[in-house]
Amino acid sequence: MYNFTLWDILSNLLLAARWTVLLSAIAFVCGGIAGVLVLLARVAPLRPLQTAMKLYIELFQGTPLLMQLFIVFFALPLTGIETSPWTAAAVALTLFTSAYLAEIWRGCVEAVPRGQWEASASLAMSYGEQMRYVVLPQALRIAVPPTVGFSVQVVKGTAVTSIIGFVEVTKAGTMITNATFQPFLVYGLVGLIYFALCYPLSLSAKALERKLNVAR
Amino acid sequence: MAYRFDFSSLADYTPVLVQGVATTVGLTLIGGVLGVGIGIAGAAARSSGNAPVRFAVGSYVELIRNTPFLVQLFFIFFGLPSLGVRLPEWQAAVLAMVINLGAYATEIIRAGIDATPKGQIEAGASLGMTGPQIFRYIILGPAMGKIWPALTSQIIIVMLGSSVCSQIAVEELSFAANFIQSRNFRPFEVYFLATALYLALAIALRWLLARLGDRMFRGGARV
Amino acid sequence: MSLADQSVSPSARPLVKLSNIRKSFGSVEVLKGVDMAVQEGQVVAMIGRSGSGKSTLLRSINGLERIDDGVIEVDGECVDPSQIDLRALRLKVGMVFQQFNLFPHLTAGENVMLALKVVKKQDKAACRAAAEAALSKVGLGHKFDAYPSQLSGGQQQRVAIARSLAMAPKVLLCDEITSALDPELVNEVLSVVRQLAEEGMTLLLVTHEMRFAREVCDSLVFMHGGRIIEHGPPAELFDRPQTPELAQFVGMVEAR
Repeated sequence: MYNFTLWDILSNLLLAARWTVLLSAIAFVCGGIAGVLVLLARVAPLRPLQTAMKLYIELFQGTPLLMQLFIVFFALPLTGIETSPWTAAAVALTLFTSAYLAEIWRGCVEAVPRGQWEASASLAMSYGEQMRYVVLPQALRIAVPPTVGFSVQVVKGTAVTSIIGFVEVTKAGTMITNATFQPFLVYGLVGLIYFALCYPLSLSAKALERKLNVAR
Repeated sequence: MAYRFDFSSLADYTPVLVQGVATTVGLTLIGGVLGVGIGIAGAAARSSGNAPVRFAVGSYVELIRNTPFLVQLFFIFFGLPSLGVRLPEWQAAVLAMVINLGAYATEIIRAGIDATPKGQIEAGASLGMTGPQIFRYIILGPAMGKIWPALTSQIIIVMLGSSVCSQIAVEELSFAANFIQSRNFRPFEVYFLATALYLALAIALRWLLARLGDRMFRGGARV
Repeated sequence: MSLADQSVSPSARPLVKLSNIRKSFGSVEVLKGVDMAVQEGQVVAMIGRSGSGKSTLLRSINGLERIDDGVIEVDGECVDPSQIDLRALRLKVGMVFQQFNLFPHLTAGENVMLALKVVKKQDKAACRAAAEAALSKVGLGHKFDAYPSQLSGGQQQRVAIARSLAMAPKVLLCDEITSALDPELVNEVLSVVRQLAEEGMTLLLVTHEMRFAREVCDSLVFMHGGRIIEHGPPAELFDRPQTPELAQFVGMVEAR
């Protein structure tokens, strides 16, 4: 039997971690863009639209990411899109991220005092102008720390995609374990890699929040 | 793409689904109670203990919060046996959930403790209460009341996260779904139903915890 | 029914005309059919206890409160409950708030320029010139680049006045604009309002500053229980109240 050195294991895990990073980045960026649209619909002065988006958000926040992955994995082929674990993972995580970010950002929009809406309304600004020039710039400022904080959840969420067969760092860990029979070492390293990815994000979220509180 | 839903073949598997739901509820119940217990202990240690204890608790919290639950589960179930700790599936799952929730609960409860007005503590001290007495009788109740909504959300996240325990063959709800779809080949319907059941569980759990919080922390919640 | 027949010829068309304004919050009717008219150049203060409906009435004039019944007419722009687009009305009606409501992410100058740019589509140079003029008018030309958080409450309120004035409204609504200020900052704001009144600006104020109301206003409107129950020149209202409600209110105010 071939003997795996620590470096063999680590280098293979790190190679797989590139996919964790890439998937996280795609989910975060696409989810962020979709999240803005969900947010705008969620706070739009149109009841049916608000309700629909409220349901969308509750659906994703009230069900396991694993089930979302399975459903996307089995639903995409029905729409004629060829499904690989990769596309299913990217689509499911994007939807998941959009729901959570929209909800976080809604809190930020609602934290903007009512007087700001009233003052801009009395200057004859339209709803769109109020949003764009008065409310969103203020909401954006307070949205940065929780948004960075949520990116940690996205990175950790990518681990679940290993279950539908996407080879990122967790799946690579399982494959290497099966070859090396060193689960303690391998999963320990996998954990450390996630920690190395997530902890800096957590720290910066905390630092940003502290900065924001001081500025106020 | 006129897909035809066909839930009829699911009826035969009702007992499997019921058992899956029961297991998920059981895991959540045990994990929730023990996890919140760890959270209270961790928060107490972090706000009063000496520097090494604070550092240890802080490291635990950060380590858990910055790694995926699935990896924690694999580490406990597959990794720990190399140290001679071999746990059955469901015990490994409960342990992972307790450790996971414990870390988040520590952080959440600590935030509630930090928000205690200083005057309350001084009032307790001036009545001759000891540190632990002050924590138990003055700080904890209002702090729990204040953070109960956040803790509720976290418990629900842990419940939903328990779906990955199917990966170590714990026969909870998503395991049941996997099992059924491997038999009847209607994955879409099965996962649809399982997702709906999770949603129902989440809604029920939120309702239940809200009632519970109202009863336990009636005074504290309205500070 | 015109409120200030003594100062303007009766034939002149009122600048602001409210007819039978009704408004309820839930089951509570806060405006029970209010009629009122304000001529161009008039300064009118609405007085009354809190809960009398004066703030709600003022806020309905630029559509911040949606009315249930009646018609609001400002310089030919009509608004009734069916109307959704309030832009035309709001271009003619400026408003200053109790809590200033400056945009905290913009400097004083940017606060004034924003609506000129996005609503009136004026070019950059014109916006800047108008903003500088408006800020100088309230004595804050030197604070163009200051953020609201760097200004005192009185200065912030003066910027808010400048922001409204720059839009060249036909009438300016002031909703308890000194109530949130420390006592020593009240006068700097009131003197700006006084100056506007002298220049012929049409002003509608909700205020608790009775001395100011008496000195500066052409006419007072006393509201009670969602109705206007007395109106006329300040001296007349203060010295010869016709209703027990106003007599009690005047007594209460003077006792302070």
